[in-house]
Amino acid sequence: MTIQAMTAQEVTMKVFNKEELFIVDVRNESDFKDWKIEGENFEHINTPYFELLDGVEEMIKEIPTHKEVLVVCAKEGSSVMVAEMLSDYGVDVFYLKGGMKAWSEHIEPVKVGDLDDGGEMYQFVRVGKGCLSYMVVSDGEAAVIDATRMTDIYLDFAISKGAKITNVFDTHLHADHISGGRTIAEKTGAAYWLPPKDATEVTFDYSPLEDGHDVVIGNTTISIAALYSPGHTIGSTSFVVGNKFLLSGDILFIDSIGRPDLAGMAEDWVGDLRETLYERYRQLSEELIVLPAHFMIIDELNEDGSVSERLGTLFTNNHGLRIENETEFRHLVTENLPPQPHAFQEIREVNMGKISPDLEQQREMEIGPNRCAVR
Amino acid sequence: MENLKANLTLDATGLACPMPIVKTKKAMNSLEPGQVLEIQATDKGSKADMKAWAESSGHQYLGTIEEGKVLKHYLHKSSNDESMEKKHQKVIHNEELEKSLEINKNIVLIDVREYAEYAFNHIPNAISIPLGELEGKLNELNKEDEIYVVCRTGNRSDLAAQKLTENGFTYVVNVVPGMSQWNGETTGIID
Repeated sequence: MTIQAMTAQEVTMKVFNKEELFIVDVRNESDFKDWKIEGENFEHINTPYFELLDGVEEMIKEIPTHKEVLVVCAKEGSSVMVAEMLSDYGVDVFYLKGGMKAWSEHIEPVKVGDLDDGGEMYQFVRVGKGCLSYMVVSDGEAAVIDATRMTDIYLDFAISKGAKITNVFDTHLHADHISGGRTIAEKTGAAYWLPPKDATEVTFDYSPLEDGHDVVIGNTTISIAALYSPGHTIGSTSFVVGNKFLLSGDILFIDSIGRPDLAGMAEDWVGDLRETLYERYRQLSEELIVLPAHFMIIDELNEDGSVSERLGTLFTNNHGLRIENETEFRHLVTENLPPQPHAFQEIREVNMGKISPDLEQQREMEIGPNRCAVR
Repeated sequence: MENLKANLTLDATGLACPMPIVKTKKAMNSLEPGQVLEIQATDKGSKADMKAWAESSGHQYLGTIEEGKVLKHYLHKSSNDESMEKKHQKVIHNEELEKSLEINKNIVLIDVREYAEYAFNHIPNAISIPLGELEGKLNELNKEDEIYVVCRTGNRSDLAAQKLTENGFTYVVNVVPGMSQWNGETTGIID
């Protein structure tokens, strides 16, 4: 029997298409518990590779014969070793090319809709980490919002659409992933927009995003309206694009809401978060399609792999938008918080331009789930 | 940097997972129980895996020192001395020693574990004399002192206490169970 590589992209397609996959995760138990590849019809077993050095005989009986089997480790090496051992027993197996590092970095662009006057909205799904970024394309111009550090995908995508990136935005200073915004702006000569209240400590020049400010993309006036929406961070800003989409950053997600503590100010920002969600967002059209900066669980993915929902539907279905009692709301967002993202302080410093770690260090910092929400 | 005196040093630099652990496992097989292995690796993931592997295979992970890009991991090979019968009569329990140390700062406390075990975690003011070197260092100790002897589980210290008594030391006390369950203050290389 032979072993074959399966790419992060192929695994992503299995997530989107809800296919079955049996995952043998050979990382150590704490890494597995912290973060794993999730799909609606994925099954997992976890046995660290270092417990399999004497053989996989014990494990063979747990491996199904009627499903595709994928061995996964951190970087690939151990999964190849275990896959080869399994294949000696006659099992057909795949290993994940590039391991969880590649899984964390893979990004899949999905079209979420058309804008009036011929514009298009694309969502870039970083399925392994739950990060979502966006590109608005209109008449030869493009805007990128909440870009990840894998900047080539946006640059190449814009070229494939025949568009020049003219504006780059971050809805807020991110704490869970390293922003690619500044790099894209430098490479394309685009303006890099940041909310000034989140940018007080940044070490580079930027264009300040202000409430009510409009930026036009393309000749067909797709306007991006900045909506000051503090709560996750003090400067958090949402964008209304072409009167059709609400890019909600880390303020509102499909099945949860933003957490106010990652910049260390949970108590202070609860009131802002509530005002944004319960007053400012209420004044918007319920027909707006909400496009958040994250998803937390795989159930939030639509059939095509995109993550979006009508604002009106979220007012009915999202628990975080339906807590009448203010004390109860305060309790939810300050006391029931999940663990904070891995290395979030350092990531914030990278995004402020204060430290410049090498690629390997950046990867290490970003390992794990995003954890930007409370549910 | 103090010398941690590993019995064997394994070069796993430049190797990616799973090779550092594969080589460590082989090297451990060649060691005697109770000996210390130093593994030099550059794979960042090796630290968590080394810890988890040691735990699952019954060895003790002592700690890691970072020197530039090189991670030096220290493992202590498990010895089957846990069930050994202790012979030295005079013993003190961890908690009592902890109290005595607070009252009397001049207590002579000898830690007879290997240097690397001592280096990462020991009681402040404890003197490091590995069991194997005790014989040659007897003349550095005062026969009239109250001497307390500690190791990981109380067995090596039992042997050390016997040796001291045979050599005319008058007040020797074995600390039980020892560092494996010590809850008091400790110091050492910050891992």
